[in-house]
Amino acid sequence: MGYLGEIFVMAMTAIFIQNFVLSRFLGLCPYLGVSKKLDSALGMGMAVIFVMTLASAITFLINNYLLIPYSLGYLQTIAFILTIAALVQFVEMVIQKNAPALYKSLGVYLPLITTNCAVLGVAILNTTALRSDGVTEYNFLDSLLNGFFSGVGFTVVLLAMAGLRMRLDMAELPKSMKGMPIALILAGIMALSFYGFMGFQI
Amino acid sequence: MMLVILQSSSILGTIGLPVLIIGALGLLFGLILAIASKLFEVEIDPRVEEIIAVLPGANCGACGQAGCAGYAEQIVHGGEALDKCAPGGADVVAQIAQIMGMQASAQTRKVAVIHCSSGGYENTRWKYYYEGVETCKAAVNIAGGPNSCAWGCMGLNDCLSACKFDAISIDSNGMRLIDLEKCTACGACVKACPRNLIDLVPINRNVYIKCSSQDKGGEAKQICGSTHPCIGCGICMRKCPVQAITITNNLAQIDYDKCINCGLCATVCPTKSILDLLVGTRKKAEINPENCIGCTICTKVCPVKAISGEIKKVHVVDQEKCIGCEQCVPKCPKKAIEMV
Repeated sequence: MGYLGEIFVMAMTAIFIQNFVLSRFLGLCPYLGVSKKLDSALGMGMAVIFVMTLASAITFLINNYLLIPYSLGYLQTIAFILTIAALVQFVEMVIQKNAPALYKSLGVYLPLITTNCAVLGVAILNTTALRSDGVTEYNFLDSLLNGFFSGVGFTVVLLAMAGLRMRLDMAELPKSMKGMPIALILAGIMALSFYGFMGFQI
Repeated sequence: MMLVILQSSSILGTIGLPVLIIGALGLLFGLILAIASKLFEVEIDPRVEEIIAVLPGANCGACGQAGCAGYAEQIVHGGEALDKCAPGGADVVAQIAQIMGMQASAQTRKVAVIHCSSGGYENTRWKYYYEGVETCKAAVNIAGGPNSCAWGCMGLNDCLSACKFDAISIDSNGMRLIDLEKCTACGACVKACPRNLIDLVPINRNVYIKCSSQDKGGEAKQICGSTHPCIGCGICMRKCPVQAITITNNLAQIDYDKCINCGLCATVCPTKSILDLLVGTRKKAEINPENCIGCTICTKVCPVKAISGEIKKVHVVDQEKCIGCEQCVPKCPKKAIEMV
């Protein structure tokens, strides 16, 4: 299997089989909080893809050239949180200055992602993830792509949830089920259906 | 060099090295952010913040922008007009004008009016019994709505749930009442009504056509649940002293730029489909005989021929005929007419 095949496996794994929201249960807060409208879900999804890709790249460098050489693996979490928070702030400033249009569509959601566990999750999982041969560790490009596809997986699920919830608004429900209860049930059913991907061997 | 020393000595190495590295990372990021905040500083006009503070913050969208912040942005940078904020009213316009250093344009407050007198439990004629989702938007799609009048109110309260200012209430008959004090003319109910029954009328105009039916007269009479349909007979149009009423598609409409609030149309309407809020509260004109010079101008402007008198003699207002439209008052050159 060539490198393209490897990328395909990585994409399928990140989007369907090991989806961040529905099988790893990371990033549930935006999944339930920002899924009321399609357009805000799309904005949030784009911001997550953007930050996850960047964070994967930077944390890979920090991990491999700073933490591992000095055997400081146990400081991973704190170092990554520091990095991600600073990175998001920095990126926000750059976007605000250079791309006001992009800032307007992403701007509201960027600070929300600073402490999103899905971003920290992808950074930490990258350090232990293995390629499909089960031996090779992720290199820089692998980590970057995995971050990107994980973001795509998050966005796909978020958009599906938003679409469903917009329809649910019109449905006649018992009063006690309206709003968050039915959203949680919906999330459970979605997670169950994504569980069906679990057995796939690519 | 230092790192090598730290690594070699055991206690300093285990404690000092992580502290040093994480500390250095933190310092580095801090510095980068500090430099970046200067380098990528975006100047925000302080006026935007001030205007946001003044605006009501309901984000109703009546101004045509996405929200209050968007409108403030557009006022400062996009040259948007200052008087688009309907909920804020004249107060907010004046405050924004002060922030922007401009003169406030005079603007009459508007209020929402429902142009239908049907829609309650007692005064609606039903075509079928509707048992679906409790919104007008859904009901209107099923065989043209559950009520027999295809133009009238279905009474499922989409306007009520759209109102963010708690200005619409329901009376014992299930009719919607608009609180003119609370209504901010944001237009949310206007958009919410699938039958387009609601529009915005200046608050100083108190005569409303309470019907939106474009059915022909006889038909409208048969299907209207409240028995007050507009049958498009045109009597109001002919009687209106200022030609403010037009009939299009069997329906009378008042042009509020011309309307003088006289209420004459409401009294002549054969089906009582015109609502006059001022009925019984209007003052009557009276001519002060000391000032009257008998110029006859008032007799010409009076729409109901209530003023009589010969040239150069004192004129008299027939109190029975006078409808209190105040047309004559500003026309009198000697200011001899008073409303009492």
